[in-house]
Amino acid sequence: MLSGSILPLILAAVLAPLMQAVITRTKSVMAGRLGQPLLQPYRDLWKLLRKGAVYSSTTTWIFQMGPPVGLASVLVALALIPFGGLPALSAFSGDFVLIAYLMAVGRFFTVVAALDTGSSFEGMGASREVTFSALAEPALFLGLAALVRQTGHLSLSPVLASVSTATWMHAAPILSLTLAGLIIVFLAENARIPVDDPTTHLELTMIHEVMVLDHSGPDFAMIQYGAALKMWLFAAIIIGVAVPWRLGNRWIDLGAALGGMLVLGIATGVIESSMARLRLLRVPQLLLVAIVLSALALAL
Amino acid sequence: MIVLLIVIPASAGIVAFFVESDRLRRILLLSTAIVQTALSLATWMVSPAPALTGWLAEDALGRLIETLTSILFLAACFYAVAYLREERRQTHSDFEEGFLFSNAREASFTACLLFFLAAMTLVAVSQQLALLWVAVEATTLASAPLIYFHRHHRSLEAAWKYLLICSVGIALALLGIFFLVVAASNPDGSSVPLMVQNLRSNAHHLNAPWFKAAFVLLLVGFGTKMGLAPFHTWLPDAHSEAPSVASALLSGALLNCAFLGILRAQEISVAGGLAAFSDKLLLVFGLVSMGVAAAFISGQTDYKRMLAYSSVEHMGILAVGVGLGGAAVFGAVLHVINHALTKAMLFLVAGNLLAVYRTKNSAEVSGALSVLPVSGVLWLVGLFAITGSPPFGPFLSEFTILKAALDHGQIFVAIVYLTLLAVIMAAMAAPALAMAQGTPGAHVAALPARALALSVVPAILGIAVLVMGIYVPPVLTRALREAAHVLG
Amino acid sequence: MIQLINSILVLLVLTGFMLLSSSRLSACIRAIAIQGVLLGVLAISMQDGQLSAAGVLFPLSSAVVKGFVLPWLLFRAMREADTVREIEPLISYNLSIIAGAAALGVSLWLGHRLQLSPQPRSSLLVPAAFFTSLVGMIVIASRRKALTQVLGYLALENGVYAFGSAVALRLPILVELGILLDVFVGVFVMGIAIFHISREFDHIDTDKLEALADRLS
Repeated sequence: MLSGSILPLILAAVLAPLMQAVITRTKSVMAGRLGQPLLQPYRDLWKLLRKGAVYSSTTTWIFQMGPPVGLASVLVALALIPFGGLPALSAFSGDFVLIAYLMAVGRFFTVVAALDTGSSFEGMGASREVTFSALAEPALFLGLAALVRQTGHLSLSPVLASVSTATWMHAAPILSLTLAGLIIVFLAENARIPVDDPTTHLELTMIHEVMVLDHSGPDFAMIQYGAALKMWLFAAIIIGVAVPWRLGNRWIDLGAALGGMLVLGIATGVIESSMARLRLLRVPQLLLVAIVLSALALAL
Repeated sequence: MIVLLIVIPASAGIVAFFVESDRLRRILLLSTAIVQTALSLATWMVSPAPALTGWLAEDALGRLIETLTSILFLAACFYAVAYLREERRQTHSDFEEGFLFSNAREASFTACLLFFLAAMTLVAVSQQLALLWVAVEATTLASAPLIYFHRHHRSLEAAWKYLLICSVGIALALLGIFFLVVAASNPDGSSVPLMVQNLRSNAHHLNAPWFKAAFVLLLVGFGTKMGLAPFHTWLPDAHSEAPSVASALLSGALLNCAFLGILRAQEISVAGGLAAFSDKLLLVFGLVSMGVAAAFISGQTDYKRMLAYSSVEHMGILAVGVGLGGAAVFGAVLHVINHALTKAMLFLVAGNLLAVYRTKNSAEVSGALSVLPVSGVLWLVGLFAITGSPPFGPFLSEFTILKAALDHGQIFVAIVYLTLLAVIMAAMAAPALAMAQGTPGAHVAALPARALALSVVPAILGIAVLVMGIYVPPVLTRALREAAHVLG
Repeated sequence: MIQLINSILVLLVLTGFMLLSSSRLSACIRAIAIQGVLLGVLAISMQDGQLSAAGVLFPLSSAVVKGFVLPWLLFRAMREADTVREIEPLISYNLSIIAGAAALGVSLWLGHRLQLSPQPRSSLLVPAAFFTSLVGMIVIASRRKALTQVLGYLALENGVYAFGSAVALRLPILVELGILLDVFVGVFVMGIAIFHISREFDHIDTDKLEALADRLS
């Protein structure tokens, strides 16, 4: 089963917070500030790990289980994602279904942990999060299904490995529609503008932030790290579709993929800086559009 | 010569827009109408040469409708000149709601009338189906300003509905024409030109499913313009809010031109042996139109709307006639003429009633026979004629259709047809008779004596309707037979 | 060439969705403008490299009229009518998008069923045309403002025209010019009507125009 390379997993584990730093840095530069140093997220994680955790007296063991389960699910899912031409650690038919459901398990435990606090504030955030994920999941599935149909393989590693410049020449509309759908899902699942503002702390506007409000110390570190890994996961899939060069040389392919991740991070920063957050009522419409784009890609 | 038939009204329209003097403009209008009618009658004696490589040519059907349009336009113009003269002198206060409104510029009204004539003529003489489509859309655009002559909110609403619904319908008809091109293309990919003649001669090669889809779209599209139910929703509003001159032309001439589009499709269908399919559709829509008209005429309080629904009914009769095939088609084509003359007369008389009684509510009108002797008599004449009683023209044509239905064994169709005609006669007779008889109210004044044309023109049309009921000239019978021949 | 055609058709479908889901009038007008330009480009690329003067000139002028002149007219009408710039539809935007997706499904099915011979170059041509027309009809039926009804009518015409391109119709130039002129004058007259409506009623909501309704007795 573990037939692939462990390098994608190691790269993800090490570089995921860096991607978050790139996004934050881009936003600061665009706002005219200098911004945080690029290694700041690592320092933040280290600081959180050494702090003590505070647990509310209304919570139970579920609350304490949420962050570890979330982190674990993302790590296992990352073991299935190929990167830069390297196959994933484990690849089998239908593994993209497992990826989606691992994300769902992680999300479920985050939501349940949030509800466990008994606060209506977290409940509100949980309901919003679950609604939007319910709409984002079909888009993700349909996009991946379109890719599967286009390349003819059933496992994510061969699928992304076979997306080459030839495939792009042949099926550019399908791939660009899939890409558009996946990018919208990326923005939605990672709580980025225009779906959610990761820096806001206003009740009216929070979605993801609300659920993690009560965690502290190592738990919060696990959540932050898990969020970074989740972003890397989606980004890796997007880069797999968007960067089609498979030149055969490991290092060049890897370098191209890493460059692609950097570009995606900068692009996300630019998008976040130039758009305003959508009204909550309009987010389902955006996700519906993503579903339609992915469905169209599948139907073509 | 055919090109002249279109160019003369079109250029007169452009000139009329810029002429400042009312008198000169009205003279221009009248003279154009006279010249146009003269040219149309001349085409009966000397067959005109096809123009534009055969795109414009007059076949029997086209010549009939074109001449009818010209004659109606001539009558309408004489009426219009007197009407516009009267409209000039009054302050305009709305009859139903009492607010003050203004009229459109007379120059634009006259210009639109002339463009309208040019467009309708183009529909009649066009042998190329796409050109026919362009012309039908042009009639919509030319007639919408006519509806909005009295500038108030009801006529604006009517004009907007007319513009939008007819344009959407016509767009569907364009899709139908494209489908027709696909249906008519040869297997090797070359396409047959969109001329009616070519399509007819190639009709046995037609791709049946595509042609059926095309026919449905053409029926829906042109049926919207023609006033077939359930696409007729713009008709009562537009025909009742427009000034009577425009209503007469819309009901009398425009609906026929839209019908011509459907007839061209029917020609091709018959030539291709797919008549069974198209006949059924025409019958269904025809009977539905008659039924809808019957439903809405009962209890109708506005007499102009009543006349508009009567137009829907008669368009239904036309569709039933063509759908039955055989002798009924002859009856349908005869009915085109009869209905046009009768309905035009009725709308012009309604205009007189409106001017005198200042109300559109039929309950408030009474004693027309005493106040307006000529118009009152004509109102009764029109009522009897339009509901199909002898000795008037529509009786002959409706009877021909009924007889053909019985001959073909379509008993169900005949029963429904007869029942609906009876219902409509009962529903229309009650208010219309009440309007003519009785004593008029005290505030009612007669028509001004100087506006002679307002009474004379409808009277002439009424005489024509009576004549058509008693004696159809042989030249007309020959032409009708020729036209009916291609339609099955 | 087929990739270009496919990309244009996908963009056409996307403009249809843009028309259905935008809440701002100006975005909808721009969607129609983009459609007009796309159709012109489609017509040129369908000619497969055999470019004649008429073959290029006519689609180009059509693209200019539909992509720039008509939207300019509509923007002017919007400004003069001084209307609220939001759409205010009769069905929600979510439902409109779902209706659009359903229309896309129907168009793909119809395109599959209607066999054209010879086969059109791209299997997406006929469905995209039908989809654009269906979107036009959805917009006409589900939008209140008179201006959006005009946009729906334009989308319907665009869809019909796209179908014409799909079956590689060679209509004579006179006819094509006639159709374009009709559409242009039609939108012009509708724009004037909208101006009058806004002056008369102080709004351009057509579902409030019900003075002339008939009740079945």
